[in-house]
Amino acid sequence: MHSNPAEASATVIKMYAAREEIYPRETKGRYASLRWACVWITQLVFYGLPWLQWNDRQAVLFDLGTRKFYLLGIVLWPQDFIYLAALLIICAFSLFLVTAIAGRVWCGFACPQTVYTEIFMWIERRIEGTRSARMRLDRQPWSIGKASRKTAKHLAWGLVALWTGLTFVGYFTPMKTLQQEIAGFGLGPWETFWILFYAFATYGNAGWMREQVCKYMCPYARFQSAMFDHDTLVITYDQARGEPRGPKARKDAPVPIAAPEQMPAPMSTLLAKASMAATATATVGNTASTGDCIDCSMCVQVCPTGIDIRDGLQYECIGCAACVDACNGVMDKVGTPRGLIRYSTENALREQLSVAEIRRRAMRPRVLVYCVLLLAIVMAFLGALTLRTPLKVDVIRDRGALGREVEDGAIENVYRLQIMNTAEVAHRFRISVSGIDTIAVAGNSEVVLAGANARAVPVGIRVAHGKGHPGSNPIVFTVEALDDPSLRVKEAAVFFVPR
Amino acid sequence: MSDFTSGFWNIYITVLTLLSIAGCGLLLWSQSSTRVTVPAPDVAGAGKPASTDAARVGTTGHVWDEDLTELNTPMPRWWMWLFWITIVFALIYLFLYPGLGTYAGKFGWKSSTEYQDELKKAEADYGPLFQRYLAQDMKVVAADPQAHAIGERLFLTYCAQCHGSDAHGNKGYPNLTDNDWLYGGTPDIIKTTILKGRNGQMPSMAAAVGTDKDVENVAHYVMSLSNTNADPIKAVFGKAKFGVCAACHGADAHGNPALGAPNLTDKIWLYGGSIDTIMETIRKGRNNVMPAFDGFLGEAKVHVLAAYVWSLSNPQPAVAAK
Repeated sequence: MHSNPAEASATVIKMYAAREEIYPRETKGRYASLRWACVWITQLVFYGLPWLQWNDRQAVLFDLGTRKFYLLGIVLWPQDFIYLAALLIICAFSLFLVTAIAGRVWCGFACPQTVYTEIFMWIERRIEGTRSARMRLDRQPWSIGKASRKTAKHLAWGLVALWTGLTFVGYFTPMKTLQQEIAGFGLGPWETFWILFYAFATYGNAGWMREQVCKYMCPYARFQSAMFDHDTLVITYDQARGEPRGPKARKDAPVPIAAPEQMPAPMSTLLAKASMAATATATVGNTASTGDCIDCSMCVQVCPTGIDIRDGLQYECIGCAACVDACNGVMDKVGTPRGLIRYSTENALREQLSVAEIRRRAMRPRVLVYCVLLLAIVMAFLGALTLRTPLKVDVIRDRGALGREVEDGAIENVYRLQIMNTAEVAHRFRISVSGIDTIAVAGNSEVVLAGANARAVPVGIRVAHGKGHPGSNPIVFTVEALDDPSLRVKEAAVFFVPR
Repeated sequence: MSDFTSGFWNIYITVLTLLSIAGCGLLLWSQSSTRVTVPAPDVAGAGKPASTDAARVGTTGHVWDEDLTELNTPMPRWWMWLFWITIVFALIYLFLYPGLGTYAGKFGWKSSTEYQDELKKAEADYGPLFQRYLAQDMKVVAADPQAHAIGERLFLTYCAQCHGSDAHGNKGYPNLTDNDWLYGGTPDIIKTTILKGRNGQMPSMAAAVGTDKDVENVAHYVMSLSNTNADPIKAVFGKAKFGVCAACHGADAHGNPALGAPNLTDKIWLYGGSIDTIMETIRKGRNNVMPAFDGFLGEAKVHVLAAYVWSLSNPQPAVAAK
């Protein structure tokens, strides 16, 4: 460490600091409505799906015990894990694409942390009141009124959290079973643990941790900057237009400010509200040069992460656009155009780009590459899912013996066919084999499998004396459903003829 | 080896572990705040305006590469508590569980007892099922589709290595599906075979039979019992020498299940029915071992397994229709 010896002073600074409570003011506006729409959509899906039934079973159920994953009409097995991988890749690329174009919109509108914080803050406002009421309440000494309000809030949060935990577990244990178990106090230890754990996580993250999750815990928040460039939409404060900030009248108003009664009626009332202090303190000199920002600090009050967007792009900004809504409301009242704080790009601010130009720049190579990759993976995923045969076969050759001689010098090899009927109805399957002259299944070649069931079927495969060459011979097993020729799987194997 | 049995290492590990934990605590405590020499603002800002961030949160006073400064953005305090919690957790854990040298921990936990507990739990879970089958007659068990499925899995796990997945056997390992039995094919005998194992011995008969020529003749006689390709002349000579074989295989060569001596008149051969193989068997004898599964699987599982094996040559309609 090197320091300037001149006039230096020694101080002790803390490397850890207590969190300062943030009291975000409620916003109304286009983006607040959009966020609430996201809350409704995501939560209707999350809370609703486990209650949906599909052919006598839960529509979406991840049965870990039997390792079967039901998604509406399809049943996925652990062997289908590739689809989950593809799904995650699709999610990742969608995120890259969206972030490259519009910054942290996922964070601001759809991330569970934002969504549950929004729900929890809504509850908080209903019980403890607005921003100023909450600040007042927290400053008050403890009283019965304060205690009851706080208790009510935490109880309400707890109930939402428990319901969320129950819903989460409902994806792994059927809701019907869960209901019966809860009614009879018969919840299993793991179900109890996960309900409580998930409830605790919801309560803790949405009630207490809030913006700290985004600031200190979320890895995605940290690597997003890699997807940003100067043409990415971010929440910006138009410094050129806003500065120097300060209380004032309309920008184009005559100087010094006219008395309110000399102005058109609606304007005068608005102005009176917005710049009471301005008329008192503004001097001729600075009014002439002030920007549109009236320094009302509304953008700071609504910020859920407690930053001042006028300081520029910061890593704490989750792109929720609450400050955009707040500032637009103020601009409407003051009578200046909206958009002092708005979605814009760094380049747009610097080069004064129009909206059309911003849109054109969105189609840059990075975005196009993301689009092409995303499209390709989505098509491959959907294609693979539709062409997927609900039948799987693994051929395992018996390791005990290479090949044995049976009646009349025929050679027999034994295989174990692991046949998995991943459809939900029973089928009768026929096993056949090809690849060598006279090759055939010895004994029974038909097997019945119940729906969503697997079985290891031992099969002897015979080749007449003298057929095939000594050593390994490639052969192909075919397993097909007798009642549905489209249910057919071919699997390669090796037949051994002793020398 | 004595290095690791001496009491020193016990103390070494214990002290090292505790010192490390104490060191973590010390580091945490010493790093929770720091004394910095902050340059006076007017000096730091000389010539260039202070950045807004630096003005807002201040700096740690750490300046390098001429003008790079480290902003003071403290971590949340709960983060520090998490570190303290890990230390407390470590101490509690080391008190309750083994970790400090040879100290066994308050709970006395051992991986071996954990294994025993899991075995007990499995026994408690599946024991009643097997006990229910054990109380039933094996032919009833064989007709039970669930028992059949259990037996099949047991067979594929424990028997298929030698007898093959399809139970058709291998050279030296009998086919279990042809209803030809060395020791008898009733369910009870099969159960005894699995429980106690078998050791089928055929001594070298070369000296007892006589010359090489005699061995060849006997081999042709044995072959002629089931195969028209045998040399009839040699077979006639061989028949005269078969007397020594009859002790075990019987005068009619139908074998003796009490001894496990195979029937020589059918086309089923444990080691092969070619003239060379038969001669080799006569000359060198055979020693065949099936291990006992009593102590390994227990009677209840063997009961279900034996019923399955019996059903392989006595197909059960109820199971087949499944």
